[in-house]
Amino acid sequence: MATTTTTPPIEDGRAKGATRPGDRVFLGLSRGSGITLLVIMAAIAGFLTYRAVLAISQDSTNFFTTFEWNPAGSPPVFGIAVLAFGTIVSSIVAMVIAVPVAIGIALFISHYAPRKLAKPLAYVVDLLAAVPSIIYGLWGAIFLVPYLDGLNQWLDAYMGWTYIFDKSSDGVARNLFTVGILLAIMILPIITNVTREVFLQVPKMHEEAALALGATRWEVIRMSVLPFGRSGIISASMLGLGRALGETMAVAVVLSPSFVLSGHLLDPGGGTFAQNIAAKFNEANEFGRDALIASGLVLFVITLLVNGAARWIIARRKEYSGANA
Amino acid sequence: MKLSRKNGLRASAIGALVVSGALVLSACGSDNNTGTTPDGEKTSAAASNIKCDDAKGQLLAAGSSAQKNAMDLWVKNFQAACSGVEVNYQSIGSGGGITKFNQGQVAFAGSDSALKDEEVAESQKICTGGGKGINLPMVGGPIAIGYKLSGVDNLVLDASTIAKIFDTKITKWNDPAIAKLNPGAKLPDSTIQAFHRSDESGTTQNLGKYLSTAAAADWKYDPKSKSWPAPGGQAANGSSGVATAVKDAEGSIGYFELSYATANKISTVSVNTGASAPVAATTENASKAIAAAKVKGTGSDLALSLDYATKAEGAYPLVLVTYEIACDKGNKAETLPTLKAFLNYAISEDGQKVLSDAGYAPMPAEIAAKVRQIVPTLS
Repeated sequence: MATTTTTPPIEDGRAKGATRPGDRVFLGLSRGSGITLLVIMAAIAGFLTYRAVLAISQDSTNFFTTFEWNPAGSPPVFGIAVLAFGTIVSSIVAMVIAVPVAIGIALFISHYAPRKLAKPLAYVVDLLAAVPSIIYGLWGAIFLVPYLDGLNQWLDAYMGWTYIFDKSSDGVARNLFTVGILLAIMILPIITNVTREVFLQVPKMHEEAALALGATRWEVIRMSVLPFGRSGIISASMLGLGRALGETMAVAVVLSPSFVLSGHLLDPGGGTFAQNIAAKFNEANEFGRDALIASGLVLFVITLLVNGAARWIIARRKEYSGANA
Repeated sequence: MKLSRKNGLRASAIGALVVSGALVLSACGSDNNTGTTPDGEKTSAAASNIKCDDAKGQLLAAGSSAQKNAMDLWVKNFQAACSGVEVNYQSIGSGGGITKFNQGQVAFAGSDSALKDEEVAESQKICTGGGKGINLPMVGGPIAIGYKLSGVDNLVLDASTIAKIFDTKITKWNDPAIAKLNPGAKLPDSTIQAFHRSDESGTTQNLGKYLSTAAAADWKYDPKSKSWPAPGGQAANGSSGVATAVKDAEGSIGYFELSYATANKISTVSVNTGASAPVAATTENASKAIAAAKVKGTGSDLALSLDYATKAEGAYPLVLVTYEIACDKGNKAETLPTLKAFLNYAISEDGQKVLSDAGYAPMPAEIAAKVRQIVPTLS
């Protein structure tokens, strides 16, 4: 066993393996990019934290529980309770609608559709991502809202017992429910696209084995495609959720915001972080901007938590992930 | 399969590129309101009277979106008359304009409300040699209360009912208070949908000032608030958003600059001020109300104090006056000649004349005369 005593030539592949110039340049480039990214993130976090502390230290009420936004008042009063609630609720509505539809589209494109139809369909879904959000906003405010009035009344009449669909104050459909529907349409392409990619990577052997055992196409999907794609679906959904949480212009144009916290989805009112920043930034004085930046920090933290949770869920299901297959 | 995967990636890459490009482009939206700009013939005649003096180079300005259309007209005429001059007005909102002015980034700011004391104090850093920021009223305009109610053509309201409607204390169109002001009108038994601005705005602030002066008992909110202070009602983004919402929803009511009502063919409320007849929202009637304003600024500052509770015949009390803000002393030497020449034109008779076509109210003669005296003294 003499060989074990000699020092292995490559102890750390990353450090000592990079001896050729090309490798060294590539190592430097990739390390540089990684560090740049971290520095940018740290700079954003540092800036947000600094300005937020400036603002919150002068807030005369509790930043987290106040239902009001008036940093120009004396004393300044502002809180994020309504914004956090609205952001999360509208995103949940969007996810509830978008995820099943996106999985359906992805399955259709990857497993059911004839080839001639699949490609253009995939392309059209991708194109949805290329529409600027302000266009969604205008479309939503001018076209969608009048049409959703009827749906709102129907939901109120027949689903009112569920509390969330109970419309307790009058008004057109400029509410969190409409925003959720709009966000769902906006996040469809990214979820569909990633999910479809994952479904296409399901090993052919799995599917063929299932078919050989006499499974129907639906059983193949249930037994091999969906379990294999689960972590992919989750990460795709989280990407979509990230978009929904931060969507600004479309929400600002469609929502009728007010600093009222209501669990009734169909009531006008509520607000989201990004929408509030877009609406108040122009006319705000310097302190008002710091207050808005403080609310932006909260959104930043929520987004970090969501992404962290997604990574944690995916890490738990590593046995299914495409990287290990 | 490999091939199609590559295509998918490429498509999404192109998609991502288009999206990010679109986001960059769409980031700069404006409260622009088309359809009211009159075209060339009158303005080119006016252009010949513009005195360019030593105007040259680029003049940067920023501020209120309420005066954007007026500013566009002035800039167009001024640039046509004075070659080699470029005036660049960004309508980023009054607050943003004042911030930029006090950071020394722009030669003058446009604002819907006069400078506050602390903003004047801050301006002394920029205005060198003991100068400070002063308010020069240049453009006025009526804020119209627009509504959509089939079968009702000439709705009349007074300050108190307007306050109660926007405070959601009056919720039905056939409320006795409205019926009393509109004898003979067929008012339906439907809900009033009151729309207000969701963004912060000088328009909201002026409505608040008006309501808390003319209907003090029914409007208890902070009159200085730029964001909507009352808890009820519905909101839309920008004057254009409110106008669209009112146009779409039956039984709705909202407030915006008159030009939006004209452009969208929205009926406007005549205000019962206590004068012998209700006053319609027109630029002419707005000028009459602004004429009753008093100058509250001292020295060369011409900040106005509007008489919102006016009962003068034909004076429409719900008006907005927007200012240009510049230093009285210590303006930047390189832009001073251009600044003076431009403001000179804006407040000149020709400059004021083009306003009413764009839905604005010209400054009354007395106030305009005062501004004309101040502008040449800027240094």
